[in-house]
Amino acid sequence: MLGEGIIKGMAETARNFLGSYVNDDRLTTVQYPEERIPQIENSRQFPFLVFDGDDWHKGMRCVACQICEKECPPKCIYIEKSKDKKPDYMGKAQFYPARFDIDVSVCMSCQICVEVCPFDAIKMDTEYELSTTDRFGGLLIDKQKLARPNAHFRHIHPTDAAEVDARLAVEKAKAEAKAKADAEAKAKAAAAPKPAAPPPAAPVAA
Amino acid sequence: MAESLDQIFVSLKRWLLGFVPAGDVQQLASAILSLLPILIVFPTLFAITTLLERKGLGRIQNRYGPNRVGPFGLLQPAADGLKALTKEDLVPYAADKIVHFLAPVVLVIPVFLSFAVLPVGRNMVAVDIDAGLLFFFAVGAATELSVFMAGWSSRNKYALLGAMRAIAQMVSYEIPLILSSVGVVMIVGTLSPVKIVEAQGTYNGLLPDWFVFTPWGLVGFIIFMIAAAAESNRSPFDLPEGESEIIAGYFIEYSGFKFALFFLAEYLGMFAISGLGITLFLGGWNAPAEWLTWIPSWAWFFLKLLAIILVFIWIRGTVPRLRMDQLMNLAWKFMIPMVLINLVGAAVWHFMQPGLARWFVSIVLVLGPYLWLGKTLFQHQHLAKRTYRFAD
Repeated sequence: MLGEGIIKGMAETARNFLGSYVNDDRLTTVQYPEERIPQIENSRQFPFLVFDGDDWHKGMRCVACQICEKECPPKCIYIEKSKDKKPDYMGKAQFYPARFDIDVSVCMSCQICVEVCPFDAIKMDTEYELSTTDRFGGLLIDKQKLARPNAHFRHIHPTDAAEVDARLAVEKAKAEAKAKADAEAKAKAAAAPKPAAPPPAAPVAA
Repeated sequence: MAESLDQIFVSLKRWLLGFVPAGDVQQLASAILSLLPILIVFPTLFAITTLLERKGLGRIQNRYGPNRVGPFGLLQPAADGLKALTKEDLVPYAADKIVHFLAPVVLVIPVFLSFAVLPVGRNMVAVDIDAGLLFFFAVGAATELSVFMAGWSSRNKYALLGAMRAIAQMVSYEIPLILSSVGVVMIVGTLSPVKIVEAQGTYNGLLPDWFVFTPWGLVGFIIFMIAAAAESNRSPFDLPEGESEIIAGYFIEYSGFKFALFFLAEYLGMFAISGLGITLFLGGWNAPAEWLTWIPSWAWFFLKLLAIILVFIWIRGTVPRLRMDQLMNLAWKFMIPMVLINLVGAAVWHFMQPGLARWFVSIVLVLGPYLWLGKTLFQHQHLAKRTYRFAD
């Protein structure tokens, strides 16, 4: 009969209307500032720079290789390489970024910078409350504000961080073992009786 | 006590007029005192309705609706109004500036004028003219002009499309709207809304003598309300706006307070036409039962108005927008034949003796055409699950 469908539909909407007052499970809305949904582990917003230890400047993993700057699709990363070097986490002397700015108004959260970084120095943050009254300066984040301790990374992405930490520990151990071996070899070479070393010198002298 | 409460606004006006010297000044003061309540009450009702609508639609869709401004979001209309006032008023470069400016004004004025003949309570009508119903429809038809002014002057393809749709829709639906009220005029024998309400003022024990409780009145009322929804561009007949197709239709190029005026006029038009529906079929300001007459008449009018508004909101939350051909088919192939047959039904009701035979003949006269028209309307439509040739 004509009009039957409308009656059925109105019964359905009435059920929804009354049900939303009776059963709170129906309401899928989260009232944001007061309640929040916990973020899933793989959530990501904008990149941050990881540092080890307590001093953000000393412990920063970034070596200013500029791969992320070149790979960034919307070109939101700006890096200036330092003139001098500072020791990295393995004690090796490396360049560091004199300037490292990310314009989060341009960033599209694609995570490509994280994928390409050979030093695990840049990771994705989960912070999303970044609104500011200054749309130019306020959204251009410099390296001091970008720097976050490794503990923060462990906190927001535990699985990723564990994997990265394990890999870095292995590399560090390997590097230390190699350094030790080199040192031992050097020491051995220094301590060993001389005969092995001199022979090539003779022709030069001649 | 009940009598004085019922007439409180009438006595208030009379008391205030006592301070004004008699003559032309008193006439003017009387006119102003009749108009001011209309200018205050109905826009306030508009503010309340926007909140109710957003809340109600939210709950229908299992959301909370606005709840941020004030307790339970009650101050949301104030925030909306402030927003509309502080927005930039843009006029398109290519627009016809004068017509573009005039359109919202021309829309609001007839809508306010139509409230003048609505009896909102006993002795509470701004202008009691004999041809009130005619005046109402004549003024209501003027809104079409302003809608087309808005669509044409904006010089925007969507605006023009929306205006064309609005004209087609309003002209088509004006016919069932007027014809459905003709039945009432035939029975009562007057065009005066006040007299139409008085004719429904008696009680027959079980039900009040409202026209909606007769077979022809029920059909007339339903057709009147469908046509009213179409006249006031309410969903499911909101094709002239058609947010998902033509963005905002004829008022796409309006911003700030002019946009708010369109919004206001749309809702006020809905109130006016619902008020007329109440006057014609739902007994106007009459109480639904004799023992309820102690509640003031104006309260009954506004309660009925609020109930109709809630039904409108409910329908908006339920029914999707029609297509243009469906809209036209409904008007020309179903509603107009139905309302013409209904006129015959009203005549039969008027000339037959009261009794069961009259009820039987009237119900057959209404139900038969309804079933037959409903069947033929969908005869050539094969409603089935839609299949897509390339997407699957």
